[in-house]
Amino acid sequence: MAAQHPGGRGSPRVIAAPGRAALAPRLGRFAYFGFCAAVFFFLVAPILVIVPLSFNAEPYFTFTEGMLRLDPDAYSLRWYREIIANEAWTGSLVNSLVIGVSATVVATVLGTLAALGLASPAVPARRVITGILISPMVTPVIISAAGMFFFYSNLGLGQTHLGIILAHATLGVPFVVVTVTATLAAFDRNLTRAAASLGAGPWTAFRRVQLPLIAPGVISGAIFAFAVSFDEVVVVLFMGGIEQRTIPRQMWSGIREQISPAILAVATFLIVFAVLLLVVVAWLRRRTPR
Amino acid sequence: MAGNPARRARLRALALVAPLLIFVGVTFVAPLATMLMRSVHDPVVADALPETLALLEGWDGDGLPAEAVYETAARELERSNEERTIGQVAGRVNRVQGGLRSVFTSTARELRDARLDTGAAQDTWRGTMTAIDSAWADPAPWHALRTAGERFTSRHYLNAVDMERLPDGAIGRQPEERRIYLRLFGRTMLVSGAITVLCLLLGYPIAHLIARAPPGRADLLLVLVLVPFWTSLLVRTTSWIVLLQTQGVINDVLVAIGLVGDDGRLAMVYNMTGTLIAMTHVLLPFMVLPLYSVMRGIPPQYMSAAASLGATPLQAFLRVYLPQSLPGVGAGALLVFILSIGFYITPALVGGSDGQLISNMIAYHMQTSLNWGLAGALGGILLVGVLVLYMVYDRLVGVERMGLS
Repeated sequence: MAAQHPGGRGSPRVIAAPGRAALAPRLGRFAYFGFCAAVFFFLVAPILVIVPLSFNAEPYFTFTEGMLRLDPDAYSLRWYREIIANEAWTGSLVNSLVIGVSATVVATVLGTLAALGLASPAVPARRVITGILISPMVTPVIISAAGMFFFYSNLGLGQTHLGIILAHATLGVPFVVVTVTATLAAFDRNLTRAAASLGAGPWTAFRRVQLPLIAPGVISGAIFAFAVSFDEVVVVLFMGGIEQRTIPRQMWSGIREQISPAILAVATFLIVFAVLLLVVVAWLRRRTPR
Repeated sequence: MAGNPARRARLRALALVAPLLIFVGVTFVAPLATMLMRSVHDPVVADALPETLALLEGWDGDGLPAEAVYETAARELERSNEERTIGQVAGRVNRVQGGLRSVFTSTARELRDARLDTGAAQDTWRGTMTAIDSAWADPAPWHALRTAGERFTSRHYLNAVDMERLPDGAIGRQPEERRIYLRLFGRTMLVSGAITVLCLLLGYPIAHLIARAPPGRADLLLVLVLVPFWTSLLVRTTSWIVLLQTQGVINDVLVAIGLVGDDGRLAMVYNMTGTLIAMTHVLLPFMVLPLYSVMRGIPPQYMSAAASLGATPLQAFLRVYLPQSLPGVGAGALLVFILSIGFYITPALVGGSDGQLISNMIAYHMQTSLNWGLAGALGGILLVGVLVLYMVYDRLVGVERMGLS
């Protein structure tokens, strides 16, 4: 069915006065599409505008006249060279990856196990347990970070990679639980029973039958958890020292202290990365049984 | 035995859930609990001056305390100075009443000399302390000390709602110039409400458009919503700074087309305008996605049916479509509102001084003023507010269906 909306082509107007019937809906439709186009522009343009600006040959945050004339000399890779040569940025990338991957592994393993347990009809107090497991997602991050700051410092985990990994794993857990639970809801339990009747033990049935089928959900959850860690700045701000600087933390000081176009080069890299994640998740969703 | 298989299934389920439950308990629930504990429990002053505080309980609050109180206080202040806790003690007393920090630190420091230097010593401790700082001839430091000395205290929560305990023990409002938190809570709610309305106004039409588009085009349009959703929050905030600053792209365009003069460039960032624009952009996907998933379930035939029964498009929309889309409106609006009232990063970066929200004040007390008790109390109030809203959300849509797909 073609795009329809109030006043659209598909809705016959019974009451309208003849002669003006064509004009009003056409105007309405024009306004509607125009407004929607403007909103989509508002959503995407601020992100896209970063990309050309990151190739600016001058240290400005706006399009120079040369750039507008599409003069090749007005564009350069200098900001990209700068971030590659700058140890603060490369070091923060390593930190982000180490912390992100470790936190994702912890969150995914524990979260998947818990989702399997929660999917069992036998689990007691499901609502309460789910509530606790999801609470890191619903709590404003400033509150989580403040609480973690004291507690982890007392345990000697302040300003350590381990502390931030544990904190990020906790923040990622709800996303794994939610995603895997949703996948398990669509899982046909008769398949495990069939495997059992054919002689498979519970572990074999899980590994050979259930896990491959829920794998897209597990991977989606892992990607969510990684994205949470990769974009997290408040916990790192409170708990991390110089040694734990991640990319978002480095961007934070870049924005606060002296904003240099090098930040736009990093931002462009993160945009490409986000699009990649989005594509992978969309592809996985298509593979998830519904 | 009959109950056995059921029990085993239950144990197995629990064994699967237990590791994560323990993990979240240790890494998240316990930290939160200690922070909330800190907002009502503060032993520093009580530990440093225990006997003085015990004696002060017998003080009626009128006039000056007895000489015995001065004597004990002098001894304990001197000890606190030696143990280097006086700075923390003075800081806490100073929070109860401004201006007392130096009274406590200098008195504690000079008491030792006063004791040794018999020439300068007065015949009473009251005299000695008053000679060091005349503030001791006034009951004010004693009132402040008594309040700061409560081991379990409601003063941080009172402070967080602009109240205080008056010298006579009654609860009253803070002096005019110190009433900032209720206004900030109010502003946070107001800004969150405004952002929610903006997101709804912008999000409703495009959710409708996507829900009604043919599948291929709908996917494409959905990507336009999901790209910002997946893009780093810091990237999106950076781009708004780049766009909105006085030498930025938007001002350049406005100057180029002659809407504003070169000297009249608009201040759109580092103020409330910046917070509103950037947060609306950041949160818009959280409005569109729940709206879209509800709207997709509304059969298009209903609108045609309404039209064939004689409704104008507007009537059909208001009486048929809108009511059916309300669950999506509720879910999206609640989600955006909840996320707004706890937002920290964007206001901190683009808000300037007048675009700050309650989270920024919590960060300020955590990192700059180091008033952790007050930070805990403000956080506690915010947390309760958010949890109540989430319970409503859970009733309405279910927390496990939060804007993920």
